[in-house]
Amino acid sequence: MATTVLYHDKVSQIADASADGDHLWVPVANLERAGGWQLKPEGACKGEACVPLPRDGSWLRGDRFDLAALARHVGEPVVHDDEGRVWLFAEPAEIKRSRLQSGEAPDFALPDLSGRIHRLSDYRGKKVLLYAWASW
Amino acid sequence: MPVWQAIYQELRDQNFVVIAVALDSAGAAAAREPIEAAGPPPEMAAVLKNLMGWDDDVWSRIGRATYPCLIDEKHVVAELYDMVNVPTAVWIDERGRIVRPPESGGSTDSFRKMDPTTFALPEDAATAARKARSVYLEAVRDWVKNGERSRHAYKREEAIRRTRKPTEVAALASAWFRLGKYFQEKGDLAAAQKYLKKAVGLRPESWNFRRQTYVLADPALTGQLNSQPEFFADVAALGDKLYYEPVDMEGMPKRD
Repeated sequence: MATTVLYHDKVSQIADASADGDHLWVPVANLERAGGWQLKPEGACKGEACVPLPRDGSWLRGDRFDLAALARHVGEPVVHDDEGRVWLFAEPAEIKRSRLQSGEAPDFALPDLSGRIHRLSDYRGKKVLLYAWASW
Repeated sequence: MPVWQAIYQELRDQNFVVIAVALDSAGAAAAREPIEAAGPPPEMAAVLKNLMGWDDDVWSRIGRATYPCLIDEKHVVAELYDMVNVPTAVWIDERGRIVRPPESGGSTDSFRKMDPTTFALPEDAATAARKARSVYLEAVRDWVKNGERSRHAYKREEAIRRTRKPTEVAALASAWFRLGKYFQEKGDLAAAQKYLKKAVGLRPESWNFRRQTYVLADPALTGQLNSQPEFFADVAALGDKLYYEPVDMEGMPKRD
């Protein structure tokens, strides 16, 4: 049975992945599809940015790679269901903090009732009262 | 939402817009009615006006919202701005900078003194609620008119300092919340509830997380002011702690 990986906003079904406690062993060949990572001589890479692998080899087991260990190493919150079939990787808190530390209002894109998408940045040039509420 | 139409209508000619974001897991299905309404249901109008502290002048001008009312099923905005409750308001200037960080928007804990069956507020609590709301609205008007010269608009450094930044625990709680939402979308409500509760456990101060656990437990509760026994029990359990942190603003009534 395939494992569902929710990596930030991307969803993928990864065959032959296996969960072992808080470790998720993903076939190296599927690493890029699951989380956007590529294994290179420098380490696990996204574009030019690479994370060196630990010398003890603990992230590799045969042809599988521990995506959860890598993600936690780069500060991503990692959670999974009790059965280990659905794994969710989220944006590091550090990135969320640095966004607010800039003083810029974080941009977003959300639909109105008719489905039209509005971005906060569409309203640049106006004063905006952003008002979060709930119908309950 | 109809009540903010009064403020939008009043100030829109001064380059001002309200953007409402509904933090509703049930999405448009839950939010459509209050967004499209010209006002609250007549039988709830007097009670709501009093509870929320709106004055006669604003209340006489409410109407169907013509400003953008957006739907945020996944609480994207709450996560980006580290919001833990509703209503929460943020002031953003013409350059897209935060000039007042997330805060209650003039809502207060007065509602905690309401009569549980009639929802009526004692007069002193109603007066305090009206005062808080009017101080807040006057500040909005002052900012819209005077921009960065308004004493209520913080300078960049101060605005940044006052903006709460998400901790590691907050980010982890948001991840559990997202996992819960995933199972909710898949229709596995038992799993959804389990993981939403992990989010609540990590971040009990997030009423946004808690609210979704109440609604998930009984979807029929959505939109019902009077059918949230678990909510009121949780609020009562706060004891001396506040539900809404008062807005830090000159003239704002302090907690009573």
